Amino acid sequence: MAQVLPAERDLRRVIGDVDGAGDREVEGLGEQQLLDIYRSLIRLRTYDERSVVYHRQGRIGTYAIFWNHEAMQAGAFHALEDDDWIFPSYRESAIGLLRGMPPETVLSWWRGHPAGWWNPEDYRLASICVPIATHIPHAAGLAWGKKLKGERACAIAFFGDGATSEGAFHEGANFAGVTGAPLVLFCNNNGWAISTPVEAQTRAQTLADKAVGYGMPGLRVDGTDVLACYEATREAVVRARRGEGPTFIEAVSYRVAPHATADDPSAYIDLERVEEEKKRECVGRFEGYLLRAGILHDDLVASILAQAADEMREGIKKAEAEPAADVELLFSNALVDPPASFGSDLAELRGTLG
Amino acid sequence: MAERSIVEAINDCFHVELERDASVMVMGEDVGRAGGVFRATAGLRDRFGPDRCFDTPLAEAGILGAAVGLCMAGWRPVCEMQYDAFSYPCLDQLITHVGRYRWRTGGKMEFPIVVRMPYGGGVRAPELHDDSPETYYVHTPGVKVAIPSTPADAKGLLAAAIRDPDPVVILEPKLHYRTTKGEVPDGEHVVPLGKARLAREGDDVSLVAYGSMVAVCEAAADVLDDVSVEILDIRSLKPLDEEALLASAAKTGRAVIVQEAPRTCGFAAELAAILAEKAMLDLRGPVLRVTGYDVPYPYWQIEDAYMPSPERVVAAVRRLLEF
Repeated sequence: MAQVLPAERDLRRVIGDVDGAGDREVEGLGEQQLLDIYRSLIRLRTYDERSVVYHRQGRIGTYAIFWNHEAMQAGAFHALEDDDWIFPSYRESAIGLLRGMPPETVLSWWRGHPAGWWNPEDYRLASICVPIATHIPHAAGLAWGKKLKGERACAIAFFGDGATSEGAFHEGANFAGVTGAPLVLFCNNNGWAISTPVEAQTRAQTLADKAVGYGMPGLRVDGTDVLACYEATREAVVRARRGEGPTFIEAVSYRVAPHATADDPSAYIDLERVEEEKKRECVGRFEGYLLRAGILHDDLVASILAQAADEMREGIKKAEAEPAADVELLFSNALVDPPASFGSDLAELRGTLG
Repeated sequence: MAERSIVEAINDCFHVELERDASVMVMGEDVGRAGGVFRATAGLRDRFGPDRCFDTPLAEAGILGAAVGLCMAGWRPVCEMQYDAFSYPCLDQLITHVGRYRWRTGGKMEFPIVVRMPYGGGVRAPELHDDSPETYYVHTPGVKVAIPSTPADAKGLLAAAIRDPDPVVILEPKLHYRTTKGEVPDGEHVVPLGKARLAREGDDVSLVAYGSMVAVCEAAADVLDDVSVEILDIRSLKPLDEEALLASAAKTGRAVIVQEAPRTCGFAAELAAILAEKAMLDLRGPVLRVTGYDVPYPYWQIEDAYMPSPERVVAAVRRLLEF
């Protein structure tokens, strides 16, 4: 089985446990901010682990696991301001929690219930993009549109390594480059697009190399190092706000969980490598950093974990308490001004439902 | 009122609507510096600036995808697809996002996007400058579609589309861009979506068409001087003015639907199905279709043989009258 070895070239790290370089500090991150980042990591981790359990219990549908991707999401998130827009793929389905979205909304989305709909403006968070890369032009358009209006906000789009093969990635990145849109293109390179390894996606040495073609900088960071993800995103955001346009960030990690609950990676992945990678998973690495810095202690960990678990218990309870969606919702939101046929179709449907 | 061609009426509409609403912007390939390859957007860049009449990179899916994000930022983007068949890459964004996004937000966010393009053949152009792709658009939920045949409607339907809170696709008959002239109201002029236009009143047979086929129907009607021909210009395909269609069929009892696009599953089939469902007892004969053939649009030396002609329409009417 071929191993996917993320190229080490220019890979930025802050947490010093992997390469023996020693821990660095990140400018502007005090004890409180570091603990906020830790709390976000735990909330995401708890969401993910509970969701896999809920799926097995038949309480949510097919679910895209993001275990060991939390550092990319939390690191990038904390580099943003509240007005900045986030364009998630399905891998970042729960990133809204960090913006105050209740877990029952995300859980409802995965339960296929209309209570999983939200107004993007409420959280500056676009809908979860299910097709690959097609949200990247949206993020470019939003960022450009904000810039045209003289607003300060920028946008970040999350997508995977496979997405960089899509035309929509190219068109979105190029659009952002041409318009100087304040956009962060955050690529979660976990080495795999379901069963296809990254070396089967591209002959480029690194995905960050692609940035050159769009006239933007390409940064590479260790995707399991939450502080490296934070630092790179903050640099990109600063550039964007200075009017210097978009930045591409390639965050390199390794997918240690299945693509989704419907996937069995044992058919294609090197399970020994997976076990090795799990030893350096992103939450544990940051815990180590905080412990070495003397910021974290056991009581605090326990209380953060308990809080996150409570949040999920409440969330699933509320999601399951949602009344069954009325069939009227088939028709009510597709158009502001629905055609007459919607009314007669609904009446006919109700007639057959009795 | 002034006499204008279709393309002049479209240009006039843009000048009025961009002046009226500062959130309206035009984007597309060559729309700015060149004013569009057909000059539909001429003068807009000079008057409203390069941000509101923006020359995009050559990327149809990127144009429509960026328009989705522009809506989220509070803009009302009008996207030009340079030609009918060049619009196919944008179908990805249209189907996966434009028609679904409002629904996905539980109706909380609006996407007032307009996509407009010249369509249709007969202009002696190279391959893929001649298609009639309306069915792909009509078939996409969450999207409205209109096709004008007169200069006044070209202006009024575009204005309605720009003001509409939902995504609207407008196909413009390029064959008639400069050849069809007519009176166009000055200033603001809106033709509401969802209303057909009775182009000619008659009693014996209804010719049902839209866009460039309306002129073919008119030519056929002129030849049929012994027949009282009614011509219904559908002009808004979705939402459809079903009432007008059924009223005309009830009045004449005969319907011939004319469509330039290939036959199978074309919009004529939808109109015929509605008549079959709702007008059976009004009809004195079968609903007939005169359409393009189920072949790729041909090279121009033989395109006239592909295009529905007045002669084919006349033959269909004769066949129906003899039924």
